[in-house]
Amino acid sequence: MITATVRDALQRPPVAVSGLTHVFPGSREPVTALAGVSLAVRAGEFCALIGPSGCGKTTLLHILAGLITPTAGTVTVPARANGRLPTALVFQGVSTFPWFTVQQNIEYGLRLLGVPLEVRRERAARHLEQVGLAAFRDAYPHQLSEGMRQRVSIARALAVDPDVLLMDEPFANLDEQNRLLLQDELLRLWQASGKTVLFVTHSLDEAIRLADRVLIMTARPGRVKGEVVVPFVRPRDFREIRRDPAYGALSARLWDELRDEVLKAAAP
Amino acid sequence: MTIRRTDRWLTAASPVLLLAAWEILSRAGILDPRYVPPPSAVLVRLAALTRSGELPFHLAVSVRRILAGFLLGAAPSVALGLAMGLNRTVRAALMPVVAAIYPIPKIAIYPLIIFYLGIGEASKVSIVALSIFFLVLLNTMAGVIGLDRVYFNIARAYGADARGIFSTVAWPGALPAIFTGLKLGMGFALIVIVGAELLGSDAGIGFMIWQSYQIFDVEKMFAGLLVTAVLGWGATMALDAVERRALPWRPWAQL
Repeated sequence: MITATVRDALQRPPVAVSGLTHVFPGSREPVTALAGVSLAVRAGEFCALIGPSGCGKTTLLHILAGLITPTAGTVTVPARANGRLPTALVFQGVSTFPWFTVQQNIEYGLRLLGVPLEVRRERAARHLEQVGLAAFRDAYPHQLSEGMRQRVSIARALAVDPDVLLMDEPFANLDEQNRLLLQDELLRLWQASGKTVLFVTHSLDEAIRLADRVLIMTARPGRVKGEVVVPFVRPRDFREIRRDPAYGALSARLWDELRDEVLKAAAP
Repeated sequence: MTIRRTDRWLTAASPVLLLAAWEILSRAGILDPRYVPPPSAVLVRLAALTRSGELPFHLAVSVRRILAGFLLGAAPSVALGLAMGLNRTVRAALMPVVAAIYPIPKIAIYPLIIFYLGIGEASKVSIVALSIFFLVLLNTMAGVIGLDRVYFNIARAYGADARGIFSTVAWPGALPAIFTGLKLGMGFALIVIVGAELLGSDAGIGFMIWQSYQIFDVEKMFAGLLVTAVLGWGATMALDAVERRALPWRPWAQL
């Protein structure tokens, strides 16, 4: 059950999940993807979620985005407001519509919300500018690089002015250098907007660089095993963080927590 | 000269050379001009048929039948194909019927259509519609089914209802496959309309060819064939042009 409550950022966390369980029907027998996930993300917090492959991270995000109705448990996300969405999901891999231009892709959520054309144009233009794609307004996704396409996805999500930005390994298909650039850019956008972010990733490095707090999930059936607070100050300079001895310690600690789960997930 | 340029030169030269050889052989009497008239004679005949108004009349009749049949067949087949692609239940219900009727050569149904609709325009338009119906339907359905699920998920995550999913995902996403179906259908429509006009008609290019056969007018038969070829080529070019305008987002759309 998804209960939309009136947003009260000061008292309630924008994202609260408790006892969340989800079972997929499966072809032979039911598959339990999530078993009793509980977590809360504070307003304006950048929270990363790591876990072994197949632990239900994507399922969790899809439930928060309203794509899947969970089997049991409660999920609280902000209420829907006029011309905005409570959550916006940035998908993994190919996630721009190839038949829409960059502008049309960014306007997509606003179009479905019924935002008038004029306002839509204006809001899209602002987000185009923000991700540095103003010159590619009328280009189609196939004319862009993978990194530019992911920028379009992020701009599309931000354009609906969500309280919570859900990101599902958005940079997984990028090469290392472009990933660094986009991480930097994401942090800049996040700091400017004050959004709450729940960011799923496979990469320990990425989690440490971006997040205030890293949640660790167990192997399937997934639940939250523990959390690690990332102490680095903002704005972060990745080169600085790298040199900090705490970085290595943090990375080792996360891996300690995660290793058993990855081994469990890999075992037949 | 690069290989590619040689190829291009050959592409232009081979039909010209073939026609020239044909012309010479026919004029020299090696090919009997009563059976195989020289291309120049066919062209002269074509010009005369055009001036007399006979050819434009038959051509217009055939084109009208193809266009009407195309519209009549394409609209419901696209709608049904989209419905079958989007909805598993509709697909399960209709697929056996489609699979059973699709492989029947449509011209074989023509006698039955004449029996029901008479020898007039209705039967010609119907046979064209029927001949493209299943091709467009199956291509449209495959176009929707082949779409990456992520596009449907994005639409739903941004709050799209059934109408939103249809207009922003299924329709634009299936459009390339719809065009593939229409282009395949165009070829079949030509085959079927000429066939139908040969079998039972009082006008159209097929009728003109058949009539020429009955009075042993070989030049006119060749003229009819030439017009049919040009008609097919023109229709393909027209569909290609519409497709390029309708699908500016495809990689090959930029020239």
